Amino acid sequence: MSFIKVNRPKLKWYEHLYFPTLFGGLKITLGHAIRSVKSTTRGKKEMNSSGLGITMQYPETKWDEFLPDWYRGVPALVTDEQERERCVSCQLCEFICPPKAIRITPGEIEDGNEWAKVEKAPKEFDIDMTRCIYCGLCEEVCPEQAIYLRQDYSITGLSRKDLMHDKEKLYEIGGKRVGLVNKWNKLK
Amino acid sequence: MNKLSTTSLPKDIAAEKGLVNIQIDGIWMQVPKGTRIIEACNLAKAQVPHYCYHEKLSSPGNCRMCLVQMGMPPRPAPGAEPTYDEQGYQEISWNPRPIISCANTVAENMGIKTQGELVEGCRKDVMEFLLINHPLDCPICDQAGECTLQEYSVEHGNAQSRFKETKIKKPKNVRIGERVRLDDERCVLCSRCIRFMDEVADDPVLGFAERGTHSKLTVHPDKLLNHNYSLNTVDICPVGALTSTDFRFQMRVWFLKQTPTIDTNCGHGINTTVWTRGNDIYRVTPRQNNAVNSCWMPDNYRLSFKKFKEELRLLEPSHKVTEAHQPIHWTKAFASINEQLGSANSENTALIVSASLTNEELYLAKILAEKLDIKILASVEHKQEEDNLLISSDANPNTLGLQLIFKLKTLYKKLGSIKTGIKSGAIKNLIVLGEDLTTIRGWDAELLGHLDCLISTHSLANSTAQASDYSLPVATAFENEGTMINLSGRLQKLNSAIQAPTNVKTHFQLLTSWLHSLEVNHLPTKPEALFIELSETYKALNGITYATLSDLGEPIIETNYQVPLLAKEEQRRKQGIIA
Repeated sequence: MSFIKVNRPKLKWYEHLYFPTLFGGLKITLGHAIRSVKSTTRGKKEMNSSGLGITMQYPETKWDEFLPDWYRGVPALVTDEQERERCVSCQLCEFICPPKAIRITPGEIEDGNEWAKVEKAPKEFDIDMTRCIYCGLCEEVCPEQAIYLRQDYSITGLSRKDLMHDKEKLYEIGGKRVGLVNKWNKLK
Repeated sequence: MNKLSTTSLPKDIAAEKGLVNIQIDGIWMQVPKGTRIIEACNLAKAQVPHYCYHEKLSSPGNCRMCLVQMGMPPRPAPGAEPTYDEQGYQEISWNPRPIISCANTVAENMGIKTQGELVEGCRKDVMEFLLINHPLDCPICDQAGECTLQEYSVEHGNAQSRFKETKIKKPKNVRIGERVRLDDERCVLCSRCIRFMDEVADDPVLGFAERGTHSKLTVHPDKLLNHNYSLNTVDICPVGALTSTDFRFQMRVWFLKQTPTIDTNCGHGINTTVWTRGNDIYRVTPRQNNAVNSCWMPDNYRLSFKKFKEELRLLEPSHKVTEAHQPIHWTKAFASINEQLGSANSENTALIVSASLTNEELYLAKILAEKLDIKILASVEHKQEEDNLLISSDANPNTLGLQLIFKLKTLYKKLGSIKTGIKSGAIKNLIVLGEDLTTIRGWDAELLGHLDCLISTHSLANSTAQASDYSLPVATAFENEGTMINLSGRLQKLNSAIQAPTNVKTHFQLLTSWLHSLEVNHLPTKPEALFIELSETYKALNGITYATLSDLGEPIIETNYQVPLLAKEEQRRKQGIIA
């Protein structure tokens, strides 16, 4: 079966009266109000907040250090230990990208290059950050472990052009990533 | 059974019509005698996976992917009569060993199973063997997305490889010809390319070298795969072993939109598929049409789309003021042309119309000639060297259309008289639709300089456009739609794969606008609608509409012309090389 049937909860008689639950809700709100006045808001320690009110005072306080490992920030291209450009421009990310933010122009690695056996590398690789929705499907679909969502989330620019990340910018954000599968290292 | 014995048995009924009864996956059907089992399975909609089999090539049966289970009636004991069931068929006793369906033909009362444990097991094992040494190249392989190895791997293969040893290394990225690259590691040794070059192109330069698991495809020493049909090997290669140098790494095939259309390089009207993304053409491949081009196409025709480079295109109408051309608005251009032609004597005006225009456009050109009262009409014959395969000597794609629309067979011969007319000063105004006159011998800018007014339409900049008083930009064949008639009298549809630049019109739009400015207002805006008028006017086109005209076209005129390639194919069929 491809779906799960969820039944509507059966309410007790006092829940039907409405007021008891209303007061229950108000109690929670009041609790938070008192805590924020006493500057003991929940998450004060975890989020490095002032404890005054439950809102983090961004950008004075930032949550950068508290980001979980799985946080999905900007997509970026990575190189490996051998400084090799990992992307081979297979264009699967371009295909999967739901908002069509990625645009790749494939190119050929010329003979004589150290990695000529890889044959293919992107000539141009653009991600339009005005379109990107940080879904992470590009990372998911990449067969070469070349694109990753990094922890950076604050991407600003003064023009649309600033938000067009080209290959250079993407490698700058992505940097080097070690410990990946190096399938091209084999003989020949 | 008793009832049947009085009437005839299914085998007798079938034999009368030259057919045989065959049971495919439990269903009895009749197919012509001599049909390959794989084709019979196709007819029964039970597709059998295969690599080496190609319907237009011989069947060596070396990929073993098309194994199916076969059964025949048991041989009756000496003296015993065969027994028939209620439907009149004999019992099938199944062969425990599978057979290849591509190289075996059907037989009376044969049974075929394309499903089942045995067949599926065979496919799985064949796939495993094929993938043992196959590199993990899919991300960089051009074939990805149209690779039968990928498809069958998903359908019939294992998810994991059990192979623990090192894969065999073979030559990669080898330039075996000007237009083809070879990657031996990806090759599944189906030999389709070898057979194509041998049987169809008749230039056997490919072959296998070495033995066993080290076998590899290669070109013979001191030979190169430079034949004008070499890119067909790329098309028929079921994997990414042969790739086109031109299309290499340009775009993944899943981004490309396919438009069925026809080639306009010669009179054969080869059926093609144009692959586009956005407004860019990435490649052109042949489309199977057994009455026109079989499955093939010459390389120079495929790559002909490259000549329409943006920087060489004419992008706006222009008018010659003193020596230089000035851009002019379409409406103004027509108004000014009409004024100039209106003041001139129509006896001094000639029209040269190209046989590369569609039927609809030629019809409009005819209306224009009538409206302007032009009596002197001509067309330019383009001859080229034929290759006894798919390149015809007539380089015009719509010669028969021209003859049909203008009801004249002599338009090609009138060109000389126009030339003498221009020289003597009898012709002062010339309208040229889609021809570069300066490429014809005896025509040059100096001759065209004798004219008072030269109006010409072109897609690309050329010296005729340079010499013209009014140079009007038109769309290319990839941006146009309409119908054409090929040399064998087949009406075929030309479809637009991409859009013309903003200020460029198709000949159809150009002629309708022009006629509109001459107050001919009844014309429809689409070729499809105009074709209705054509089908009423011309007997050969009666009863045909765009909706009824299939992508494969329709024969409308008897010409007795036979495409040389098809004649050779027929010969191979008679010899039993192909079924």
